[in-house]
Amino acid sequence: MIELSQTEIEHIQHEMTLYEDPGAATIEALKIVQEHRGWVSDEAMEAAAKVVGVTPTQMEAVATFYNLIFRQPVGRHVIMLCDSISCYLVGYEQVRDHLKTTLGIDFGGTTEDGRFTLLPICCLGDCDRGPAMRVGEVYHDQLTPERVDAILAEYP
Amino acid sequence: MAHITIDGREYDVDDTENLLAVALSKGFDLPYFCWHPELHSVGACRQCAVKSYRNDEDEKGMVVMACMTPCSDGGRFEIDDEEAAEMRAQVIEWLMTNHPHDCPVCEEGGECHLQDMTLMTGHTQRRYRGAKRTHTNQDLGPFINHEMNRCIACYRCVRYYRDYADGDDLRALGSHNNVYFGRERDGAFDNEFSGNLVEVCPTGVFTDKTLGAHYNRKWDMQNAPGICTHCSLGCNTSPGSRQGVLKRIQNRFHGEINHYFLCDRGRFGAGFVNRDDRPRQPLVRNADGVLEPRDMDAMRATMEEVLAATTGMIGVGSPRASLEDNYALRNLVGADFFTTGMSAHDQAASLAGKAALEAHAERIATLREVESCDAVLVLGEDVTQTAPRVALSLRQARRNRHLELAAQNKIPKWHARAVRDIGQYNNSPIFSATTQATRLDDIVIEPQRLRPDGIAELGFAIAHALDNTAPAVKQLDDDTQALVDSIAATLKGAKKPLIVAGTSLGDPAIVHAANNAMKALAAANAEARLFVTFAEANSLGLAMMDAPDIEQAFTAIENGTADTLVVMQNCLYERAPKARVDAVVKKAKNVIVMDHSLNRTVGEAATHVLPAGSFAEADGTLVNNEGRAQRFFQVFIPDAPMQEGWRWAADLADVAGRDPEWAGMDDIIDAIVADYPALAGIKDAAPSQSFRKFGMRFPRSPHRYAARTALYANVNVRERRPTVDADSPLSYSMEGYYGEGQPPSTLAFAWSPGWDSNQAAITRFQDEVGGHLKGGDPGTRLITPGTDTAFAPADVTRVDGWQAVPMYHIFGSESQSARAEAIAERMPEPVFRVNAEGAKTLGITPGNDLSLTIDGETHAFPLDVDPSLPDQTIAVPVGMHGVCGVRLPVGVEPK
Amino acid sequence: MEQTKVLTQRIRDDRAPVWIDDYINEGGYEALNKALSDYGPTEVGPLIKEAGLRGRGGAGFPTGVKWSFMPRFEDRPDERPKHVYLVVNADEMEPGTFKDRMIMEGDPHQLIEGMIIAAYAIGADMAYVFIRGEYVECQKNLQRAIDEAHAKGYLGDDILGSGFNLKIYLHMSAGRYICGEESALLSALEGRRAVPRHKPPFPAASGLFGQPTTVNNVETICNVPHIVKNGVEWYKSLGHNKDGGTKIFGASGHVAKPGLAEFGLGVKLGDVLEHFGGIRNGRKLKGLLPGGGSTPFLTPEHLDTPMDYDGVGAAGSRLGTATMIVFDDQTPIVGVLKNLEHFYAQESCGWCTPCRDGLPWVEKMLIGLEEGRGQPGDIELLDLHVKLLGPGKTFCAHAPGAMGPLEAGLKYYRDELSALIPDDATTLSLTQAANANPL
Ligand SMILES: Cc1cc2nc3c(=O)[nH]c(=O)nc-3n(C[C@H](O)[C@H](O)[C@H](O)COP(=O)(O)O)c2cc1C
Ligand code: SF4
Ligand code: FES
Repeated sequence: MIELSQTEIEHIQHEMTLYEDPGAATIEALKIVQEHRGWVSDEAMEAAAKVVGVTPTQMEAVATFYNLIFRQPVGRHVIMLCDSISCYLVGYEQVRDHLKTTLGIDFGGTTEDGRFTLLPICCLGDCDRGPAMRVGEVYHDQLTPERVDAILAEYP
Repeated sequence: MAHITIDGREYDVDDTENLLAVALSKGFDLPYFCWHPELHSVGACRQCAVKSYRNDEDEKGMVVMACMTPCSDGGRFEIDDEEAAEMRAQVIEWLMTNHPHDCPVCEEGGECHLQDMTLMTGHTQRRYRGAKRTHTNQDLGPFINHEMNRCIACYRCVRYYRDYADGDDLRALGSHNNVYFGRERDGAFDNEFSGNLVEVCPTGVFTDKTLGAHYNRKWDMQNAPGICTHCSLGCNTSPGSRQGVLKRIQNRFHGEINHYFLCDRGRFGAGFVNRDDRPRQPLVRNADGVLEPRDMDAMRATMEEVLAATTGMIGVGSPRASLEDNYALRNLVGADFFTTGMSAHDQAASLAGKAALEAHAERIATLREVESCDAVLVLGEDVTQTAPRVALSLRQARRNRHLELAAQNKIPKWHARAVRDIGQYNNSPIFSATTQATRLDDIVIEPQRLRPDGIAELGFAIAHALDNTAPAVKQLDDDTQALVDSIAATLKGAKKPLIVAGTSLGDPAIVHAANNAMKALAAANAEARLFVTFAEANSLGLAMMDAPDIEQAFTAIENGTADTLVVMQNCLYERAPKARVDAVVKKAKNVIVMDHSLNRTVGEAATHVLPAGSFAEADGTLVNNEGRAQRFFQVFIPDAPMQEGWRWAADLADVAGRDPEWAGMDDIIDAIVADYPALAGIKDAAPSQSFRKFGMRFPRSPHRYAARTALYANVNVRERRPTVDADSPLSYSMEGYYGEGQPPSTLAFAWSPGWDSNQAAITRFQDEVGGHLKGGDPGTRLITPGTDTAFAPADVTRVDGWQAVPMYHIFGSESQSARAEAIAERMPEPVFRVNAEGAKTLGITPGNDLSLTIDGETHAFPLDVDPSLPDQTIAVPVGMHGVCGVRLPVGVEPK
Repeated sequence: MEQTKVLTQRIRDDRAPVWIDDYINEGGYEALNKALSDYGPTEVGPLIKEAGLRGRGGAGFPTGVKWSFMPRFEDRPDERPKHVYLVVNADEMEPGTFKDRMIMEGDPHQLIEGMIIAAYAIGADMAYVFIRGEYVECQKNLQRAIDEAHAKGYLGDDILGSGFNLKIYLHMSAGRYICGEESALLSALEGRRAVPRHKPPFPAASGLFGQPTTVNNVETICNVPHIVKNGVEWYKSLGHNKDGGTKIFGASGHVAKPGLAEFGLGVKLGDVLEHFGGIRNGRKLKGLLPGGGSTPFLTPEHLDTPMDYDGVGAAGSRLGTATMIVFDDQTPIVGVLKNLEHFYAQESCGWCTPCRDGLPWVEKMLIGLEEGRGQPGDIELLDLHVKLLGPGKTFCAHAPGAMGPLEAGLKYYRDELSALIPDDATTLSLTQAANANPL
């Protein structure tokens, strides 16, 4: 059993005050833990569940429902490539194939050096500038294989 | 009322119901998955599609889900509609895209709701060519097996486990077509009612592991109407057997008691019947102290000698044996020498309970009624551990407030999700005072933790607050008085308040307090209800037999009035401290025991053992906590010479020259009724042994009961003639009358054409789906109004200093189920518990042993801290780990 | 075609956010002042109803009517529940939709002002903005806007001395399209799995935490201040037809100048397309989804369609979010459909059978067709799914939404799809099929 950091706990406790039912902060708790640890391990989830006052099973039910909660370790930078229709129409497949070959991983995979994890994501709301992807929290759009190379280089 | 048309037929129906429930009640075969009569509608599976027409002019209609459709006046519905039928078949095809089609090796096969629905919709041709997704399964402990690949995601499991039973460790995980129903990791389910998942799951995801250990198809089992013997509530069960092995316990619907659900002790506790160490031969203890088998003739000769030489017999009956077994013992030893086999304190509490019931004969709640109460006070009883099924009912009682809020917002009662959403933060009030934290605390308002005298006092004070002519207790502090006033006001304001109390703390004062509170409430509200729990399956029945407690038997031996103890299915060591029992046994010349289990009395004390049948091998009548006499029937005939306890007692009586000449159950029941007019009702608890329907008996096995000739192939390949049952109108075969017209008490299993699963097939036997059994729910209520109408004096027994209080556990505290392997695995480790202050005072680091002498017996267990306990109070595990027979609560002096 | 800039009037070309001083300088919070001083709490709703504002979240339900379902407690204050909620739907995960993002990033105060007035109108004391998880920039800007509004007394207790109180909180989603469905959104806000709820009861009766709730789209709410400030007549005059007001249109895919633009409702489809530069690379239009991934295709024959709720409806589609996804004549339709159905299959919440198990099947059939592994009967099976995943047959509108483009695809491009089944393909037995070409 691990303990969450004081910052994590305080942040979660703050979120709990924003809802009529403190348990509603379950999703925030997962996101906060992930923000600090990159992903949500079983132990971290249990610890977070305790803070929020729900059972680990309850938390797992929520964690496994949402796309942006990672229940497995991810790389330092998570690439989320939009695979929805607008991007598909303007070159998504080319970018996808390029990313997969360059990184040597498939969707869901993490490079051996732990630098990148590649995930598909649905429409990022960047449709007029597709193909689009997010690395961490930063949007990159109008992607071409060349641009992708340059962008990847920005992430050590 | 609403006037509706279904498939051209017109009905006047309850307009608060949904169309699916109504259609099923009217006998239509309309397929469904996610709906359940107790869990109601959520519209997830989309299986119950029907065509709905707005009015007479509407020709197009619209496909709707019957379970989500209110029966409003003028509604016109077609089940037999092409588009609706196409939808229903397609739903099956979708569900089957990932289903493994492993029926041949699936334990659900033959009683699978998914199989039934597949047949009913007519889906036959698979068109999906994709690969199936697969899941990993979880180890869910000794009770339940998990096979997720079979899942059709109807969400019933989580709706039962979480929304109904309030379990927190089973959830829907994942999403889209990768939903998974499980825990966050391997491990036994935490909830005491998890076993119902086996029946709630419409396919083979959750199956009974204890059945799996010696598996049989449903259609190959021989069943009987059973009554659970593991607590006093008398839930109806359907035990299934084959070749003399008890295979499993299934729920048997009873509209007023358990309806669709059992607790895990009841479902998984019957394994003791199959134990190898059971006495199966008459046994005599030799000079070396070893029990030796005797054949019947030799045993008869031995018994002749013993009975001829005895200077006096004294009978020890049993609150867990049937009235018949007890009565036969009484007949053997003589009315003046029969004792109930209950300890003095248990008997006193039981008699108090009986008196309370008599004082409120019209207000005794059934389990079903508990669910309809809108304010509850629980006094003393940790029901989850002592009478588990009522805990599940109390969880429903608190939802009455949800229904009320729903009604205010015009949300129909069957709209499960909406009712839950609107009610989620508002419960009907439940108050509870217990000696320590309980598993119901999550739904209790300010749970009170008091010593037994404090609990009784609280009850008396509430009674006084409700009616100031009820005796008061000493001055209460302000906080307690405020609490008392608020509880009293809440109970008074409720439409249907309920008081729950019981005998498990061995303190009659608690029951008296409940009685007073009830009396005070009832004066103003005819709807007020009382629920009393007792220690064992027939405690109330024995209390009604008007005999002294076991002390009299011990004294008779001690003072030499008798030299022979005759024990019927009881263990002396459960009734008095070991030293006392040892002394009595030593003094007694003979200890003749009729029992089915190798308990301590059989193993250490008996001089003569006669192998009696367990509940599965005998017929009998038990009186449950509401005073309902219920008959259970022999599931299978045990190998000779094992036989019913009452037959042994009758045989012994024959040896002693007092042959009652009972040819079967009818005779002994007549004899009981003649001696005990108060028990006259037991005659109607089930039809007599000679009862027939159209000249036919009632089958114990389903029509497709297979391989009858092979059944005893190890003995003889020729088909045996089914044995004739001399004691009941049931047959030991699949022949006979099976159907709606049979008396419900004789219904051994549930099946109806097209419906093979237990929980769905039973619909055809109900007046309306989920309601009552056609012909009336089994059993007869025996309690008649008593004459004593005065308030009880508010007297409590206070212990100064340290006090030991019992700590019950659902898995372990009841001695028969504790002998079942699966239950034993879930038995908690022994500990003594005190609060943190207590641990400090005792100077013992938690985890280290505390040695404690209770009622003259010393035990050493690790100390565990439970902050809920009152000061100077030690919680002691009872009924297990050798802590049996001591009187609790009791003052102790820990060192 | 000139834009009619109302909601986007303050949005800068570089989308740098307009903070409170600039917002006020440009007429911001005047509507709030007016609402609080000139109208009683029950008088704003009827105004919005009269203006004919319809929901911009996709379904087009009249906003004023929705508000009128909210229970009022003015004359029975004792029965007032703990909270009454306004929830703004900023989930925006409909493929091809990116309009709310622009508003929240570029003009956050417009949303905040709209929310305050809307909350006042429905009697809410708590409001949440449910923002899709990726929109971190929106969150930052909105949070700053909330803080600024607080500092100026537009938010919090006794707003502008009116006695009206309101708190606004932001909730960042953990990502799932179904969260956009308003009842699923409420489940998500409660910290649960975002499984939709059956209606009735509507959120106005039992919403967030079981209490009265209204859910509106970002763009819907942003219309409110303008209506209050400029009046119903003015608002109605903005549209080309009977639907009043403006709409933010967007275009992505094979248009020459993808982006967003604001026009009066009822503008012709052809004009909108032209604004976005027409089809890029000199190609021809093959078809488009007029308002996000769940709206049925329109084709070149529909260029005269007036882009308002009824106009697009009459053309066999829905206005939806009015952010169109355009594809040219060299685009194989099967790829478009496959991509869309993949999205819907993935984003099914898993609650009801047809959607959970039907959509993956549809996706697999489309992949099979694209890869030349189709079989006779596949097209008919797709038809069957269109029929049996329709409205009323599934629990919520997700699956019917998924069937919108598929139905139109089977209608407009049926021959193209049928031609994908190899001529020599026969219906294989299940085992053969599984071995030879599993879907
Ligand atoms: C599957 C599904 C997804 C939806 N996603 C969104 C969304 O992302 N944003 C949105 O505003 N409305 C979305 N909606 C519509 C909402 O359910 C709801 O109608 C809307 O938020 C109401 O706001 P309005 O009346 O202002 O349009 C979605 C509906 C469905 C069925
Ligand atoms: S249609 Fe059914 S499974 Fe699909 S998103 Fe709606 S409720 Fe969930
Ligand atoms: S479709 Fe890719 S950003 Fe919208």
